[in-house]
Amino acid sequence: MKTCLVVDDSSIVRKIARRILEGLNFQVIEAEDGVDALVVCKRAMPEAVLLDWNMPVMDGYDFLSHLRRMPGGDVPKVVFCTTENGIDHITRAIDGGANEYIMKPFDKDIIVAKFQEVGLIEWSEPTPV
Amino acid sequence: MNPPDYEYLRKVLKDNSGLDLSADKQYLIESRLLPLSRKCGLPGISDLMQKMKGGSASTIAQVVEAMTTNETFFFRDKVPFEHFRDSIMPEMLKARAARRSIRVWCAAGSTGQEPYSLAICLKEMSAATAGWRIEILATDLSQEVLEKSKAGIYSQFEVQRGLPIQMLVKYFKQNGELWQINADIRAMVQHRQLNLLHDFSQLGVFDVIFCRNVLIYFDQETKINIINRLARTMEPDGFLVLGAAETVVGLTDVFKPFPDKRGLYQPSGARPASGAGALAMPKIAAMAGR
Repeated sequence: MKTCLVVDDSSIVRKIARRILEGLNFQVIEAEDGVDALVVCKRAMPEAVLLDWNMPVMDGYDFLSHLRRMPGGDVPKVVFCTTENGIDHITRAIDGGANEYIMKPFDKDIIVAKFQEVGLIEWSEPTPV
Repeated sequence: MNPPDYEYLRKVLKDNSGLDLSADKQYLIESRLLPLSRKCGLPGISDLMQKMKGGSASTIAQVVEAMTTNETFFFRDKVPFEHFRDSIMPEMLKARAARRSIRVWCAAGSTGQEPYSLAICLKEMSAATAGWRIEILATDLSQEVLEKSKAGIYSQFEVQRGLPIQMLVKYFKQNGELWQINADIRAMVQHRQLNLLHDFSQLGVFDVIFCRNVLIYFDQETKINIINRLARTMEPDGFLVLGAAETVVGLTDVFKPFPDKRGLYQPSGARPASGAGALAMPKIAAMAGR
């Protein structure tokens, strides 16, 4: 079972993300800011990180910079999930080492599509309509 | 919806679009027609049915349109676009080297995600296609849907399904919460309204036809008729791409599956069985009064 670290300062968003990801067979770990998330990653690198941008203490972008410099920090697929939906933020995130980018609001379909995009979920056979 | 209304709706759809509404599509009716009822200022679907029965041609047209518009997204199912890039295009670049032109038809182009995905594929391989004339024709039954396709403007939700973020950044311009596909990609796609039940031989001959997720809505006879006519409008070495849940196998032998590529077919050279597909659906066309 793959592990996904959900980093978001909103407990409601974390709860929604957890429900979706557990439904997709991920083991979910939660963190409420970047510092908290780094502690989790030092213990054991997750396969996936679903990452908010704006958070107190350490934001998502700074977390990503730290993560990518850690030993093994290139392994997790990092998918931003944020209300920052401007093309400038998106470009910055990709240049900073993010693998995908979700503009909030999100739903299960978007998570599935983006996780498939980065190889975290297998492409499923489409079902007949 | 009560059974007489269901039967009535079923007949209208069948006559006007060929859509074969099976008995288990109650949810589809509600999800498509309830918003339309509201849009028409009516309290519910039964009122919409009354208006149709009263002979309102515009209401009938809107209902047919609402029921036949398919869900679509960029690079839907991914595999057909890999076929296009890795099998179809290399083959065509060899086979058409003399005339340096390729014609592609999206027979159910819908709101543009499929033709624009193909255009993006071509853009990504532009080194190989420099100096070639590659035409993408997108047709759809619905004028409203074609207008949306032409505009190439998509919601934040629509651009997040199927489209890798790098491609969004590369090929779209942002306008608030909306994203418009770049003008050079839009210019690669031509649009035209077309009902697949009617004769389409005037479109000319194609090298590649994408006809995905539309045949599933038709009954067997209509499917065979359309597939046979597709074969007549295609080069002998052309390619047909069907939806993942669709096949020609068991319907007609005018196409043969391409080895090891799901959903990909080529003309077999066989002639259709007597009469089938010689003409557009004359019966249905007549009933629809077109």
